[in-house]
Amino acid sequence: METALFYVFSILAIGSGFAVVTRRNPISAALFLVLAFFSLAGIYVLMDAFFLAAVQVAVYAGAIMVLFLFVIMLLNLGPDDLPRFMTRKVKWLYAISSVVLTVVLLGIDLGRRPGGEPQALSGEVGAIGDKLFGEYLLPFEITALLLLVAIVGSVAMAHRESAN
Amino acid sequence: MPNLDHALIVAFLLFGTGVAGVLLRRNAIVVFMSIELMLNAVNLVLVTFSRMRVDLDAQVLVFFVMAVAAAEAAIGLGIVIALFRRQESIDLDKATLLRS
Repeated sequence: METALFYVFSILAIGSGFAVVTRRNPISAALFLVLAFFSLAGIYVLMDAFFLAAVQVAVYAGAIMVLFLFVIMLLNLGPDDLPRFMTRKVKWLYAISSVVLTVVLLGIDLGRRPGGEPQALSGEVGAIGDKLFGEYLLPFEITALLLLVAIVGSVAMAHRESAN
Repeated sequence: MPNLDHALIVAFLLFGTGVAGVLLRRNAIVVFMSIELMLNAVNLVLVTFSRMRVDLDAQVLVFFVMAVAAAEAAIGLGIVIALFRRQESIDLDKATLLRS
């Protein structure tokens, strides 16, 4: 059951990721990206990373994608022309890089991992919180500063210059 | 529990798709979405390794990556809006202001 769900989520994630790159309309690309984020959240749940699955849905699929859709609709973008997309050259590059990626993947010894079958690991809110507010307290506080800088920066960037 | 090697392959494929989007598309917003796709692929690799090594530190790192991605999306979209205001288009090929 879990294995089947994993493959369903994987195929959804890869397929919708491919659709993000190939859709001409930015809004459908953004909605496919939301689907990819939800599939990844499902994979996180299957790997017992419950906290990250919740954050993935809330922050990525919620906040970040709303921001993207908001900007797309604000700018009123139509479909791209995609003039040089999927030309002959691009198709050749695609084939060559797929072959290279496959060779690299085969070259990596994927079977090697520390120890035998990994034992249980629970990425629950409590366990992550203990680390976040203990060992990683300083990076956590710096993240708050980073978000403040991002707020001020984006306001300064998108602010309309006064006409004088 | 899913096969962790297959999870790594999924992450590789997602990252490759993101790279293809950044290289092939000229729409600034789609390029940004491809970058988010690559960040998510890296997050998946980190969660998989955390599962392999039975170590929660990687999951904390994923949390920080998500925070940085949120900041990056806010600033990046601000840049896109400023770009659109300047040239009435977000085609990256037309953004040649700094070209000497």
